[in-house]
Amino acid sequence: MKVTEKDVSYVADLANLELSQSERTSMVRDLNSILDYVERLNELDTSSVEAMAQVSDRYGVDEAKQGSARFAYREDVVEGLRKSLSQEVALENAPDSDGTFFRVPKVIER
Amino acid sequence: MISGQWSVLRRKVTDWSLVTLLMDLLLTIDGVRSAVKERTTTAFAFAEAHYARIQKEDGAIGAFLTLCKERALEQADRIDRMAAEGKELPPLGGVPVAIKDVMSTRGVRTTAGSKSLGHYIPPYDCTAVARMEAAGALILGKTNCDEFAMGSSNENSAFRPVRNPHDLSRVPGGSSGGSAAAVAADMAVAALGSDTGGSIRQPASFCGVVGLMPTYGRVSRYGLIAFASSLDHIGPLTKTVKDAAIVLRTIAGRDPMDSTSADLAVPDYAAELEKPVRGLKLGVAKEYFGEGLDDEVRQAVESAIDKLKGLGCEVVPVSLPHTPYAIPTYYLIATAEASSNLARYDGVRYSYRAAGVKSLSEMYRRSRDEGFGAEVKRRIMLGTYALSAGYYDAYYVKAQRVRTLLTRDFEEAFNKVDAIVTPTSPTAAFRLGEKSNDPLAMYLADIYTVTADLAGIPGISVPCGETREKLPIGLQILGKHFDEATILRVAHAYEQAA
Repeated sequence: MKVTEKDVSYVADLANLELSQSERTSMVRDLNSILDYVERLNELDTSSVEAMAQVSDRYGVDEAKQGSARFAYREDVVEGLRKSLSQEVALENAPDSDGTFFRVPKVIER
Repeated sequence: MISGQWSVLRRKVTDWSLVTLLMDLLLTIDGVRSAVKERTTTAFAFAEAHYARIQKEDGAIGAFLTLCKERALEQADRIDRMAAEGKELPPLGGVPVAIKDVMSTRGVRTTAGSKSLGHYIPPYDCTAVARMEAAGALILGKTNCDEFAMGSSNENSAFRPVRNPHDLSRVPGGSSGGSAAAVAADMAVAALGSDTGGSIRQPASFCGVVGLMPTYGRVSRYGLIAFASSLDHIGPLTKTVKDAAIVLRTIAGRDPMDSTSADLAVPDYAAELEKPVRGLKLGVAKEYFGEGLDDEVRQAVESAIDKLKGLGCEVVPVSLPHTPYAIPTYYLIATAEASSNLARYDGVRYSYRAAGVKSLSEMYRRSRDEGFGAEVKRRIMLGTYALSAGYYDAYYVKAQRVRTLLTRDFEEAFNKVDAIVTPTSPTAAFRLGEKSNDPLAMYLADIYTVTADLAGIPGISVPCGETREKLPIGLQILGKHFDEATILRVAHAYEQAA
């Protein structure tokens, strides 16, 4: 058992999830089963292998350039690539707003 | 094609019930476009006929979550006016299409199959959707999918599972199951799906349609609701390989709104289809024919490979030795990225908010708890764990290093061959509920598809026969980076010969 119920609580905290008691129990079981399975990656010696975060730094870029210069950085555009959403549009999907701001429960208790 | 079949329509009939009748025939992009252009019928009639079909069939299947009839009919009017004025129609002029509900559509609810976005109406269009519409397509509606595209069976939709049109007791595959089922049941001529670990190709295989995952960077991801950003791809599900080629050309190409979209010329894929396949070298890797592969699937794929040999392709054994490590690598990287991407669903700006919360932190937690389904929470937990202090190097970085090895496997194989042929999925469509209590068994349904996502190479699934139970089987063809033209050509040659 790699993952204990205490680990699940800690990770749920990091992920901002509440999880019911029965969810916590099945999470302990499922995470252990998946982590047991991924254990097989340790059969491979990767000490001299580069980590790969994404593919677009390998392909579809200017081969003549090196490092981060290979990425097609764009010029700064003052107005942005598209117009910002108006306040009205930005608030349209809000679960709660006062017409100017998103409204949330009080953050600081006095 | 099907010129004889159109003769009924040539009598200037615009009654859509006749189009409904004709939909039992194979409706392709060129077929629809030329019928509209020659005014044998109208785009409006095609749209209405598809909505009638959806009305009739989709209660049992569940492919659509939201219809946008007004938008489709307005576009149909525009296309019909162009046809009336004798103007040339754009490549998808009048063609009814469906869009997986992970792509943002301005003014049309976009849920990603999640309760957390159950009421979300995006203020902008996904680039791929905008390009489809600019090319004349009629957007019929949004298709059902596994929540946030996480799943291989469509059972993870927060709304309802999709059923396979070939057998309603079976899954359509996932996560683009709604898109695949919509095309398979003639409720759309073509559809867009997304593929992070096989989510276009596996449902295409289960539903007996064509599904293409383009190279990473070939199609802009702008407006696609992010699951795992380094693995997410948008691509077509269609009835024919040629249609996949036409849709790909429409949606491909640099988009300034997605910095990972490649600035490379987009070929005319449909024009390239007719080039001969004779002399092409096709790799066959034993790692894709091992334990777990269903016998009927194996036989169908092997006879498809024989057919390609008969067309003059040379079959060459290749080795992709790290294949057994693909699923664990995928589930660490995809979940790590997902845990970060899904942090935005906080109940503040546009996602679901739990009622009766007293503090901000309670609001975050309860909103996410109530908004996300079991599989999404499982993946957020696994990803958060893999990124947490003390485990980051052991899990996340380790997986990134193995990703390099998996990519090198393909690079070496593609030094010897032009494309690689494999089964798309180890089995045909399984039954609803069959794997839903065992996450690991479900993950293994993607065993032949995930590696291409990790390496960023393109792959296509094309139907290659059926099981004794009449369930479709898919042949997968994998290609070099940005060489969709070759895999489309091989798939087309096979489709024509089969």
